[in-house]
Amino acid sequence: MAFLTDRKRADGMGAAKTGTASFWWMTVSSVALLVLVPIFIFTAGPMIGKDYATVTAYFSRPFPAIVALLTFSVGLLHFKNGVTVLIEDYVQGLARKIWIIVMTCVSYAAIATIVFAIARIAL
Amino acid sequence: MADSNSDNRPLSPHLTIYRPQMTSISSIFVRITGNALLGATLLLVWWFLAAATSLGAFELASSVITSWFGNVVMILSLWALWYHTLGGLRHLIWDTGRGLELQAAERMGWMMIIGSLVLTALTVFYFLQGV
Repeated sequence: MAFLTDRKRADGMGAAKTGTASFWWMTVSSVALLVLVPIFIFTAGPMIGKDYATVTAYFSRPFPAIVALLTFSVGLLHFKNGVTVLIEDYVQGLARKIWIIVMTCVSYAAIATIVFAIARIAL
Repeated sequence: MADSNSDNRPLSPHLTIYRPQMTSISSIFVRITGNALLGATLLLVWWFLAAATSLGAFELASSVITSWFGNVVMILSLWALWYHTLGGLRHLIWDTGRGLELQAAERMGWMMIIGSLVLTALTVFYFLQGV
């Protein structure tokens, strides 16, 4: 027997039963990226076009390495959720599911690659 | 109940009948820039992986990123990153209930366009100074 009222059971759930979790996660990650992105641009940016020794020495340092790791991983998770909304808006049926799965895999693969790469440069 | 006329029913007006406006255009470009940034992101992931692999791999990745094609992608992506960042900032302002009036929303749209171009120019200038 259900003791909850219909209103109480539906409150905060949203149509997909996950409520506003996705929206809130985008808010949290966007605030993090608002800080990370400018720092990343001005630390990693000047390294583009530099030679091998300079680049590897630079990203062996804790601050540039950690900023780059955070920016890529938070940014790619932010991208994963954002591109999911894009696909949900414009693609229907089976193609929608396939696209969401592919883009989710691409996002996690890129995160794993950047973690491996920077760990190998820094350690 | 089957509706024999279901294909001929008029549809309600949709996006395509509206005149482009500052609010709609500045909004769609937040979506376009955010998703297009995957391109430069994967290029840079490759650049980092190459730096972790070998001198030869790094020089190939570096030569692609600093070619004329690479420069175009990187500068467009730098603008896209600044534009998307300012767009996200506008969303955070909207989330507090501020700036939702039409005039304020349009003013923020102009600030995003001009701001992103100015920030891109300043960043490129900063990079060129450091060389």
